[in-house]
Amino acid sequence: MYAQMVKTDSTGVKSIDDMSEQEAAFQARIDRDEKIEPKEWMPDNYRKTLIRQISQHAHSEIVGQLPEGNWISRAPTLERKAILLAKVQDEAGHGLYLYCAAETLGISRDEMFDQLHSGKAKYSSIFNYPTLTWADIGAVGWLVDGAAIMNQVPLQRTSYGPYARAMVRICKEESFHQRQGFHIMMKMAKGTAAQKRMAQDALNRFWGPSLMMFGPSDKNSVHSAQSMAWKIKMNTNDELRQKFVDQTVPQAEYLGLTVPDDTLAWNEEKQGYDFADPDWDEFHAVLAGNGPCNKERLGARVTAWEDGKWFREGLLAHSKKRAAIASDAA
Amino acid sequence: MNALHAANPALTIDGALFELLTHLGDNSLILGQRLSAWCGHGPALEEDIALANVALDLIGQTQLWLELAGDVEGQGRSADALAYHRDAFDFRNAHLVEQPNGDFGQTLMRQFLFDAWHLPLLLALTKSPDNRIADIAEKISKEVRYHLERSSDLVIRLGDGSEESHRRMQRALDALMPHAYELLQITDGDALLISEGVIGDITSVTAQWEEQVNSVLALATLSRPNSPAAPGGGRRGRHTEHLGYLLADLQFLQRAYPDATW
Repeated sequence: MYAQMVKTDSTGVKSIDDMSEQEAAFQARIDRDEKIEPKEWMPDNYRKTLIRQISQHAHSEIVGQLPEGNWISRAPTLERKAILLAKVQDEAGHGLYLYCAAETLGISRDEMFDQLHSGKAKYSSIFNYPTLTWADIGAVGWLVDGAAIMNQVPLQRTSYGPYARAMVRICKEESFHQRQGFHIMMKMAKGTAAQKRMAQDALNRFWGPSLMMFGPSDKNSVHSAQSMAWKIKMNTNDELRQKFVDQTVPQAEYLGLTVPDDTLAWNEEKQGYDFADPDWDEFHAVLAGNGPCNKERLGARVTAWEDGKWFREGLLAHSKKRAAIASDAA
Repeated sequence: MNALHAANPALTIDGALFELLTHLGDNSLILGQRLSAWCGHGPALEEDIALANVALDLIGQTQLWLELAGDVEGQGRSADALAYHRDAFDFRNAHLVEQPNGDFGQTLMRQFLFDAWHLPLLLALTKSPDNRIADIAEKISKEVRYHLERSSDLVIRLGDGSEESHRRMQRALDALMPHAYELLQITDGDALLISEGVIGDITSVTAQWEEQVNSVLALATLSRPNSPAAPGGGRRGRHTEHLGYLLADLQFLQRAYPDATW
C-alpha cells in the first residue's frame, strides 16, 4: 500500500440528500459492487481522488525501486542478485500498469512525473528510509511488501475497473516478493551471529516506518470516509495496521527476533495484539520532506529524468524523420 | 599433438576450456553487473524494464557458464565461488564490459558492440561437439538474439535522431570501439579447442561482427573511427583499473562474511 493521506477535497461523506440524481445513481452502482469504467460518468471528485491515489501508488513503485536497487550490485550470491533484480524490475512494471490506469482518468504520464518531480505529488513515506545492510533487503520484502499486500488485496475489489485489474496483477507478484523477503530474513536470523545482528537491526529500524505505511490513526484520517463510500479505500488505516501486526508478530517470533516495542502484548479480549503507536512526529516530518533519504530519493528520480531527456528527444526526432520519409514516399 | 601444443606445451584441453568458459561467464557477469546499476535510474520506464531484463539474462548466463567452468576445473568450485572469490587477475572478461556506464548512450553502444560479437559467437558454439557447451549456447543465443535486435535498433534511432543524440552516440562509439577488438581475438587455447573438436569453429565471428557493426553504423549515420585496438589483455587476467572497484562492490558480502550462507 503505497497511498497515504490521499485527499478527497472533502472532509465527510456526501449524504444522499446532497447528491444530484446522477451522483446518487453513481453511488448506487458502487453500492451494488459494479465496476466503474473509464468512459463512464463519474463525479469530478471521484476522478481527482483516484488520480491522486493511483499516481501516488505508481510513484511509490518507482521511487521504491531505489532503496532495494541500492543492494543489487552487492547481492551476496548470483541467485540472490537475479531475484532482487527481478523484483526491482517488477516494481518498475507495477509503476507502468498504474500510470496506465491513471491515464485512463485523463492525465498523462508526463504530467504525473512533473507532479512527482516538483514535490507536488507524494509517494509512500517508507521509501525515504535507507537500506544499510543486506538484511534490510529481507526486511523490506517481509515488512514493507507485507504491509503493502494488506492494503492491496482488498483493492482488487475497488470500484474503478482499471485500478482493480492492475491490482490483481500486482498482488500476485507482491506475494512472491514477500516470501522472498521472508526467506532472506530466515537465512539471516538463523545464520551466523553477525547475520542475526543485521536481521535484528533491520527489524528495529523498519518496524515503526512499516506501521506508518498504513497512514495516520482513523481518528486523524479526515479523508477516509468519502474514499470508503466510493470503495477506493476498502478498510480503515487502523484495521489494516492491526491486521499487519497480528500477522507479523508470530513471524518475528518464528525468526527468533524481537519486535522493538516494549508494550507489545496479546489482548485476549480483542484477539489481537496491543502495540505502541509509531512516532507520528517522525511520520509527518518524512511526509513534509524531512526524512532520512527524501532528498536522495527524489533527487535520483529527477536526475534520471533530466539525464534521459536527450535520449527521449533523440528517439522522438528519429520517429519524426521516419514519418517524414514515409509521407514523402506516399 | 598439433603445432599449438608444441608452441605452448602447458596448454591442455581442460585448461583451455576452463579459460574460455570463464571468459564467457565473466563477460556476462561484469556486463550484467554494470547494466544492473541502471535499474531505477533509466531515462524512461520502459527502458528501465528492458535493460533490467538484459541484465537478468546475463546474470543467468553467468550461472550456466561458470557452473560448467567449475565442473571442467574439477576442484569443486561453484559458480558463486568463481564469481565471488576470485581476484581481478583471475577474471577473463574483455575490457569492453568493464568500461563504466557513462551516459545511457555509452551503455547502449557498449551493449551493441558486445551483442554484435556475442550472438555469432554463441551460434558458432551451438555447433560444438561437446554437448554441454552446445546446449548452453543454444539456450542463451535466443536471449542474445533479442539483445542484439534491441541494441542495434536503439543505436540506429539515436545515431539518426536529434543532433545531440547523434553527437553522444558518436562520442560513445569513438571511446568504446578500441576496446571492442579484444573480443575478436582467437587465443591459442581457442584454436586448440577448435582443432581438438571440443567447440564449434568460431573463426568466422569476426567477419559477422564486422558486417553487423558496419551496417548498423551506416544506418545510424555514425562514422567508424580508425583508432587502433586498445591493448586489452582481459583473457590473460590483465584488466583496467575499473575492475577492482567493480569486484569490491560485487564481492563485498562474501568477502566480509566468509563463513555465512545467504
